Amino acid sequence: MEPILEIQHLSISFHQYEKGFVQRELPVIRDLSLTLEPGEVTGVLGVSGSGKSLLAHALLDLLPYNSRREGTILFQGEPLTSQRIRKLRGKEIVLVPQGVTYLDPLMKVGPQLRKGRRDRGAREKVRSALARYGLKEAAADLYPFQLSGGMARRVLMASAVMDSPRLVIADEPTPGLDAKAASRLLGHFRELAAEGAAVLFITHDLELALAVAHRVAVFYAGETVEIARASDFPEGRLRHPFTQALWDALPQGAFRAIPGAQPYSGEVKEGCPFLARCPHPGNGCGQGELSLVPWNEGMVRCLYPHGEVMA
Amino acid sequence: MKQALFFAGKKAFRALLLLLGVSVASFLLLCASPLDPLRTNVGQAALGSMSQEQVAQLEAYWGADQPPVERYLGWLAGAVRGDLGTSLLYRQPVLTVIGQRLGSSLWLLLTAWVLSGVLGLALGITAGAFRGRWPDKLIRGWCLVISSTPAFWLALLFLLLFSVWLGWLPIGLSVPIGVEEEAVTLADRLQHALLPALTLSVTGVSNIALHTREKLVDVLGSDYILLARARGEREGAIVLRHGLRNVALPALTLQFGSVGEIIGGSVLVEQVFSYPGLGQAAVTAGLGSDLPLLLGVTLVTSGLVFGGNLLADLLYGVIDPRMKRGEGRP
Repeated sequence: MEPILEIQHLSISFHQYEKGFVQRELPVIRDLSLTLEPGEVTGVLGVSGSGKSLLAHALLDLLPYNSRREGTILFQGEPLTSQRIRKLRGKEIVLVPQGVTYLDPLMKVGPQLRKGRRDRGAREKVRSALARYGLKEAAADLYPFQLSGGMARRVLMASAVMDSPRLVIADEPTPGLDAKAASRLLGHFRELAAEGAAVLFITHDLELALAVAHRVAVFYAGETVEIARASDFPEGRLRHPFTQALWDALPQGAFRAIPGAQPYSGEVKEGCPFLARCPHPGNGCGQGELSLVPWNEGMVRCLYPHGEVMA
Repeated sequence: MKQALFFAGKKAFRALLLLLGVSVASFLLLCASPLDPLRTNVGQAALGSMSQEQVAQLEAYWGADQPPVERYLGWLAGAVRGDLGTSLLYRQPVLTVIGQRLGSSLWLLLTAWVLSGVLGLALGITAGAFRGRWPDKLIRGWCLVISSTPAFWLALLFLLLFSVWLGWLPIGLSVPIGVEEEAVTLADRLQHALLPALTLSVTGVSNIALHTREKLVDVLGSDYILLARARGEREGAIVLRHGLRNVALPALTLQFGSVGEIIGGSVLVEQVFSYPGLGQAAVTAGLGSDLPLLLGVTLVTSGLVFGGNLLADLLYGVIDPRMKRGEGRP
């Protein structure tokens, strides 16, 4: 099957003024490659500042004006240019954001979802989208401040499925929800994938990512360090030491944290950004650019990955 | 209902307190004025040629023989009964003088108020929507120039330009000179009020425009605008549908709050254009030690300003759904 989204060597950098008129390019995402298949939920996992939200913004052409995008993005086989995004977003490419602050506080839910249209067809669409997530027609007549946290998430889900989307981008959609509501929300994303969409699920929560995603791409300092199947985590088939450290920090893992912190983007000029915290560095880790290579049916950006290559 | 009564009572109490405070302050200022009412209004030479009895009579008329506290309390006793006294300069009841003056000022103030509000909002929205690009730079630059320009100086400039050089508009007053009152047309009045109204509007615009721009920039940077963009809404529609809606409430507060600034500006502008309005009456009363008139004018203007702010408060409750529906959370 043709993949829905192919990201090839995507880099995003910001143009900044450093002390007066000295300009510099600040890289925030470096050499990102990721393929999203229909029917699949792909988790993008990273701590804050790793550049994962910018990925969502890049796919929706919402990056700030002082940013630059390099590399190729193909959507259903064709290059995804700014013009094409502007035609597709809201219809085939949709965003499910964090919470109620993403709704206009002074506009009722219904008109907000209709995007200014007033015809019968649009009203019907809103009604059925709300109904899909268990919201009654009366919900359309509420203002965002009248919604509970869970209701707001369901409204945001409804706003995403107004036209049948091919690519669903969820940017940290669960904070503030209790476990039950969160797992119901995760179910909704699985359901969208089952209908043939590709879901990009951005989160900093590994447990959440493992609960919803088929595959997980792990971000570290603006780079994808590993792309693994969700089942690789409990089965001990992880490739990169950072991913391993993430898993080890969970109660299901060894419940053990590693010292240090993620470097700021652009801080590490050369070599592996994880080098300073790596438990088993080797020769050549501090030099040159590392690239993402296939390893054990996944991808890894490491010179000395875990595990044997299986034939 | 009980809440509404409580609200009304609280506001009325505040209004009374405000009026009392303002009248005391104006009275004290006038007491502290170095101008001697007799010398200012009668003249040094005329005073010298008068007998002791005549001077004493005049002192009594101007209230110069009374101790200040007694004088103020006397005025207050009348004011509470609705009698604001008689203007010493115009020799007419203060309410009559204020009524006349307010009549000619009111629509000058209204025009300026509406014009500055509408223009300010439009310019602010435009600047905010084009943030960082040339329309924004142009509007912002213009607003900064205007807001750092004193109103009276701008009035003089307009006088020079439109009345002296171009000769399009009269140089002052509210009606043509040498025309009987019955013969004055509405067109005459409009023509005479145009320049003062223009000056007031222009000075009022910059404040509103700059504040509106700032607010719109905040709104356009918010999460819900990000989602609106992600949902494929067009930039123009976003500004009109979400931007205008969210800017409207603060703009309203600003608009009603600007009543005070417009009235303050009118004092200077009416002076420059010799426009016989409330502002000019205030200046005349202050310089001429006409205590009853000055206090009357102060009361009326502070009442207007208070009313403006009160209206903003009330409208907020009517317009903002969060306040209107706040009680019935489902």
